[in-house]
Amino acid sequence: MTLVSGWGRFPVVDSDVLRPRSFAAVGEAVSAGTVARGNGRAYGDAAIGATRTLTMTGFDRVRSFDPATGRIRLEAGVLLSDLIDTFGPRGFLPFVVPGTRFVSVGGAIAADVHGKNHHCEGGFGRYVDSLLLRTGQGEVIEASRDENSDAFFATVGGMGLTGIILEATMRLRPVETGWIRERVISASDLDAAMRALEAGDAATYSVAWIDCVARGRDLGRSLIYLGEHADRGELAEGADAFPVGQGSRLSVPVDLPSIALNRTSVRAFNELYYRMGARRAGGSHVVSLYPYFFPLDSVGGWNRIYGKRGFLQHQCVIPQAGARAVLGEILDRVARRGDASFLAVLKKLGQGDGILSFPLPGYTLALDFPVKGDILNFLDEIDRLVVAAGGRLYLAKDARQSRATFEAGYPALRRFNAIRKSLDPAGNIRSKLSQRLFDEV
Amino acid sequence: MTSRKSVLVLGGSSDIGRAAARAFAKAGYDVALAGRDVAALEPDAADLRARYDVEVGLHKFDVLDTASFESFIGALPALPEIVISIVGLLGVQADAESDLAHATAIMRSNYEGPALILGLFAERFLARGSGTIVGVSSVAGDRGRASNYVYGSAKAGFSAFLSGLRARASRGGVHVVTVKPGFVRTRMTEGMKLIGPLTVEAPVVGDAILRAVENKTDVVYVSGKWRLVMLIIKTLPEAVFKKLKF
Repeated sequence: MTLVSGWGRFPVVDSDVLRPRSFAAVGEAVSAGTVARGNGRAYGDAAIGATRTLTMTGFDRVRSFDPATGRIRLEAGVLLSDLIDTFGPRGFLPFVVPGTRFVSVGGAIAADVHGKNHHCEGGFGRYVDSLLLRTGQGEVIEASRDENSDAFFATVGGMGLTGIILEATMRLRPVETGWIRERVISASDLDAAMRALEAGDAATYSVAWIDCVARGRDLGRSLIYLGEHADRGELAEGADAFPVGQGSRLSVPVDLPSIALNRTSVRAFNELYYRMGARRAGGSHVVSLYPYFFPLDSVGGWNRIYGKRGFLQHQCVIPQAGARAVLGEILDRVARRGDASFLAVLKKLGQGDGILSFPLPGYTLALDFPVKGDILNFLDEIDRLVVAAGGRLYLAKDARQSRATFEAGYPALRRFNAIRKSLDPAGNIRSKLSQRLFDEV
Repeated sequence: MTSRKSVLVLGGSSDIGRAAARAFAKAGYDVALAGRDVAALEPDAADLRARYDVEVGLHKFDVLDTASFESFIGALPALPEIVISIVGLLGVQADAESDLAHATAIMRSNYEGPALILGLFAERFLARGSGTIVGVSSVAGDRGRASNYVYGSAKAGFSAFLSGLRARASRGGVHVVTVKPGFVRTRMTEGMKLIGPLTVEAPVVGDAILRAVENKTDVVYVSGKWRLVMLIIKTLPEAVFKKLKF
């Protein structure tokens, strides 16, 4: 057994970790309590098997690529960073990328990850045409919208609980360049931020970074980043159509002591970040896709900032109608508490595609908290606000929500479980997350 | 045949072999992969074609079958510009201490086979007046250690062979690169305790090989830290060294 944790480094639990080298070996490795793991960027316990975890990153081959259509068939362990570096210079990017490029295709499908374009272009799963799935029962099936469609829609966003995703066929987005035309808007409070996001609905990409330490009149002050793919004509003379992907310029070599992250340092950072951003507000400029989509990737091992005990991310989505009041209440409680770290992210989401996909039309707010003190109780209180507003939490980030919160937020759970049962009657595929939230006890 | 640059990778199905093939294909080289099981190389060939739109050839090659070496080279559609040997066998030291067949397999896989095949390529490259030969050896060849001296001694022999070949071939326009990867997270080292800061992923080795070829480097320690570590290990007096446990 090995101690395993997600990106948030909480919880740390025992699981047998295997790294199969062939699809046949994947089949042999599945035993009661197994789940697949990609690059380990899920924050909590989603990619840790109840008893056994299969690391899939060795399956990183592209099977075929059609440069005329951008259609690609690949193994599930390919990382988005690899796809971007390989096919970006050939004029193709993934349609949807989350805030880090170091996730596997299989993981991106299992979490149906969303990006800054979810409000208009949907999630990762929308661009997946078909999947090769090894079910818990031991069958290897191809699933698409037409064929085994129940398995398909349960697998997209299904947190790996329908089986092991082996391969996928998906569409890449044709792009002229790897640059983004970015427009920054500064918003002095939450109302202004939400207005700016509404006004930015037509933009392909939109996201707001909220200063979650600001209180009172400044509550919810933020910087809104809108973006469009830049074409060649917008690039500076002599600039390469595709920017060079940068490795981590900085990295956090050791766990920082918990004292490093305190009210004062976080406040100072947020103040600086807001002011610097506000100065750039107004005009538009062209930036490389890397800092635009993946601001945190430039700091290697940033999860160590939170120290050895790890951190929790709380990401909820609140339906459009009641969003303003609930977001204001959550932000106010967080600001009064004062230990949410660095910037929070606010963005609009559209309709999700998979049965258990997280997105629903409304606003999503993501907050990071170091694991300490009464944080679990505090987050339970926030959850009550979320549930009352008809919202839900993102399973890819979750490590601690209760069954009641989960069940209230995901009414399609019954349908998902029925499909899961049909694919895996013996219940072989189980993760720490499914034990915590789904499985019959 | 195309007129593009070409590279032949011996041991193409290994993690480092795949990584090297990707690095060269990405740089625009056509690739030939050679290994014992050609069918097992098919997915890698498809991967290279799909990613980089290069030509990929597959060839059967068994490093222990030295009698086939001449015909292996003769059967290649063209003499590559670069040949890389990544073939090797870590084996199990404890078994090799009493099992002659196992010890022999380790010695032949890491020294005899790679040296003989690269020697044959060297003759042809010298006749042509150009080419680059890359041998992936090991830091384990820098000094025999109690824990893996059968493997280490074979790698030492291979390193010495490459160094001599380099001295001779350089006069004929042929460059020889010795690569000493150190700890690499691969199938070969799976389950071993590796020291984090001294361990790299296979793609790092692949990129280092490409760079060494393009920059005409002689000896590459993939992580610079290893050069220092091995310098210290090599200079320890034998009386001290034999008491160390590693």
